[in-house]
Amino acid sequence: MSSYYEDSARGRLDGLLDPGSLIEIVPPTERMVSPHLRQLDTPAAFDDGIVVGEGRLAGRRVLVAAQEGGFMGGAVGEVHGAKLTGLLERALDTRPDGVLLLVESGGVRLHEANAGLIAVSEVMRAVLAVRAAGIPVIVLDGGTFGCFGGMGIVSRLCDAVVMSEEGRLGLSGPEVIETTMGVEEFDSRDRALVWRTVGGKHRYLLGEAATLVEDDVAAFRAAALALLDQLSDRGPDLSLAALEAEHAVLGSRLERFGGCRDALDIWEKLGVEEPEKLPILDTASFLATVRDRRV
Amino acid sequence: MDVTTLLDRLFPDGHDIAADGVYFDGIGRVFGTEVAVIGTVDNTPIGIELAFRMAGAVLEVVRRHPGRPILLLVDTQGQRLSHRDELLGINGYMAHLAKCIDLARRNGHRVLGLVYGQAVSGGFLATSLLADRCYALPDAEIRVMNLPAMARVTKIPLERLTELSASSPVFAPGVENYRRMGAIAALWQGDLAACLAEALAAPTDGDSRRALGEERGGRQLARKVADRVRHDAA
Repeated sequence: MSSYYEDSARGRLDGLLDPGSLIEIVPPTERMVSPHLRQLDTPAAFDDGIVVGEGRLAGRRVLVAAQEGGFMGGAVGEVHGAKLTGLLERALDTRPDGVLLLVESGGVRLHEANAGLIAVSEVMRAVLAVRAAGIPVIVLDGGTFGCFGGMGIVSRLCDAVVMSEEGRLGLSGPEVIETTMGVEEFDSRDRALVWRTVGGKHRYLLGEAATLVEDDVAAFRAAALALLDQLSDRGPDLSLAALEAEHAVLGSRLERFGGCRDALDIWEKLGVEEPEKLPILDTASFLATVRDRRV
Repeated sequence: MDVTTLLDRLFPDGHDIAADGVYFDGIGRVFGTEVAVIGTVDNTPIGIELAFRMAGAVLEVVRRHPGRPILLLVDTQGQRLSHRDELLGINGYMAHLAKCIDLARRNGHRVLGLVYGQAVSGGFLATSLLADRCYALPDAEIRVMNLPAMARVTKIPLERLTELSASSPVFAPGVENYRRMGAIAALWQGDLAACLAEALAAPTDGDSRRALGEERGGRQLARKVADRVRHDAA
């Protein structure tokens, strides 16, 4: 096993794709760095914290992007975001079998906040354009920094999200909520509370993540491949009917769980017999326990 | 500008718009065109209920009034910051709203955004930033974070950020900064109905914000980098 959580963006891509198949576009040798960080005398990265390129997944042609949490928490700045948008638009021309986004991001990079926010918006439109063109976009979320802010929205614009238990997905990170609203609202140091609110198991039970895998690069690879093949049969669906169906699902989530104050209440309502035990189960036992219980 | 004055100035031919708390929707008429209006007041935070409601309103326009233009008048201080909204997957509700707006556009509805109060972060991303074109009133405010908060988070002295903001639009809040970076197509002043009519008639061809930002000198690299990644040989 090779931990996805602890690996770097490049390490994850190495393990995910067919050996030697990654061809990076605008690689670090080009030194395409953020001009704004330089103005602030803040260290830059030669890839601005994201790797984009073409590769193969069990022979299928894929475009990939991997955010590096080790550089500013994977936050999106002007160059970082433009690389992601450019990659997505490349899919419109080259029509790969799919696009894989290895997300790990706190959202907009505050050092270049305005440019980052607009960049995320451009990524959002590009994701939807790619899906509307019939090309699936799959998200992998299991990195150290999780996936928050605008990237949390981007992830749910895609066809499917693969998560590990260690992955986290949300909009406002627990620290941001605690800082702004107070520790009574969200205690970001309560690790158990954080994991059961934004962690992979809860996201899977809610239906926000399509697949839950172990923290293993090979498991992410297998899940991405399975989703890619499923989606190549039916293709992305952004029709009025599909969005009305999604609307109904979100409406019933609000109705059923809107009054819940903790994930444990939601799990209980889902019919899980001993909800307090879910956090300690390993992935395989968890999946066996919640079979037929998720939304 | 308060929303009653705004609606009267946007729709001199009349409007039929009903408010329910911080939310409002309905129809406005401008020079013979009926426009679906969806919006909020009071700098309201957008939580899951509001995102869900706006998404429903967009879907209803697509279902019942094919082709009718949509004007988003969303006044928000950003996404609602709450444990309970995160627990229920607020990012999924925001994404759903974004998908509905995008659906409207793909189905031939002109979608416009007008920032008349505040537009902040996630609440802006899931609404007006998804429009074909987004406009703003000159006295509106757009931001991710104010400079003092940015100084705290980034540990960069406020004086330095203030000094840099004099020449760069990247750091400080402000509609003019967002205009220079291409996210705001134009600022609306004077005859707002004429501005709206002109925006409804303007051609749209995909996401031109990077090119605009480059042309206006506010974002020098976004267009170049995206184009290179799109077109470079692998």
